[in-house]
Amino acid sequence: MDVLARYESIIDDYDAFLDACMRPLPTTVRVNTIKATVDRVVEALDAEGVSATRRSWDAAVLEVDTAKPGNTWPYVHGWIHGQEEVSVIPPRVLDPQPGEVVWAAAAAPGSKATQVAAQMDDTGLVIANDDNLGRLSALRGNADRLGVTSMAVTNEDARFQTFEPFDVERVDRALVDAPCTCEGTLRKSPDALEGAGPESSRHIATVQRDILSRAIELTKPGGTVVYSTCTFAPEENEAVVDSVLDEGDAAVVPFDVPLDSSAGLTQWDGTSYTPTLERTKRFYPHQNDTGGFYVAKLEVTA
Amino acid sequence: MNDSGVPLAPDGGEPENRSDRFERLPATEPERRVPGRPTRDAVVEWWSERFDIDPATFSAYTFWEKGAGRVWALHHTLTGPVAVESLGLPILRTRQEFWKPTTNAAQRFGTEATRNVIELDGAAAKRFVAGEDHDIEWDGDWGYVIAAHRLAGELEPIGVGLYTYGTLQSMVPKGRRRDF
Repeated sequence: MDVLARYESIIDDYDAFLDACMRPLPTTVRVNTIKATVDRVVEALDAEGVSATRRSWDAAVLEVDTAKPGNTWPYVHGWIHGQEEVSVIPPRVLDPQPGEVVWAAAAAPGSKATQVAAQMDDTGLVIANDDNLGRLSALRGNADRLGVTSMAVTNEDARFQTFEPFDVERVDRALVDAPCTCEGTLRKSPDALEGAGPESSRHIATVQRDILSRAIELTKPGGTVVYSTCTFAPEENEAVVDSVLDEGDAAVVPFDVPLDSSAGLTQWDGTSYTPTLERTKRFYPHQNDTGGFYVAKLEVTA
Repeated sequence: MNDSGVPLAPDGGEPENRSDRFERLPATEPERRVPGRPTRDAVVEWWSERFDIDPATFSAYTFWEKGAGRVWALHHTLTGPVAVESLGLPILRTRQEFWKPTTNAAQRFGTEATRNVIELDGAAAKRFVAGEDHDIEWDGDWGYVIAAHRLAGELEPIGVGLYTYGTLQSMVPKGRRRDF
């Protein structure tokens, strides 16, 4: 927890934050609307004695009173996918439409990429990429169980990705759910803070910046790029977005999510960022009883 | 390239199936260049004959082969070839005596099937998803069938079974089995 001490000055009610970080997460699942409706999932879980509570802000997110939702019929049928509540936010902000071509730059294990496919009614094309071959099998396994027919999986370094195999130059939208130090997942993984710290964050930020920059290059003018991480570190969040904005090809745009959040930082550690970073959002564990997340929505301008 | 834009094999012989990229299925027999490759027509007809799934179900999909006989369905139109890790959903294995549907396809498209669907009761469904075979009296066709059970008010396909000699053999892949 010492790693978190440097955030005391930026987090409202820091003690409540620390308390929340110590508590285990509620178990949540996302309903896969490609295969089932929320009502059928709730009914099928109920028949197995598992009660499910709908989250008011997103009907497809259910809190379930079992630690093992994978041992239920709805899971076997690909009707549900175990997914942390805040991890549902980035695809919602991306707001992909049926028939579009969308790039998920760092997609494994595929929770958000399959959610993107579901939001598009499983039509169009989701190009789901990951540079880690070992994690691709999880991505493919999840996409197959969820019955996704609109996804292509690629194994590239996202910083140099092209869409040549698909005869596509630029996509309509891109999701950069970046590889990060994962501080925000500590409620799920107690060892999440190992190796975290400003030095790790600055190191990984160079990769994050290159992937985000590539996503802007590869998205059509007027298109949307969503950048997200599951970490609190400003070096991996606002600083990354700020440095990419300097290139002048994208602008931060406001978005709404019906959950409590804090505005993105406009300064940190003696450095000031572009004022529009206030439009980005930080989701802290004590605000909605979730993990931690950072989300920025960008519109490509050139 | 020949006149039809189909690449020839390097030795000038017949084009072969390749395991490193997805190639689109030819629509019909006369359009086939790669020996043994199933046609789109044949795939659609197979689902229709075996499971009575309306051919229109697949009208928005393109079909692809990567690796001998592994057929994938993509809800998008591309020309290809496409050298990627995966493209759409694996639905079928051909190039063997009997074509074999995948668990994924049975779950995704099997809700529309009205032929060769075996309805299992609660206990049998649990045994099936655990990977166990069981004896069952059934007067349908032998071969690959869709095993289904009642869930939340409707019949829902669990996966593929092989029915022969009064036995239903579970084809649920190891990674998808569950012991409830």
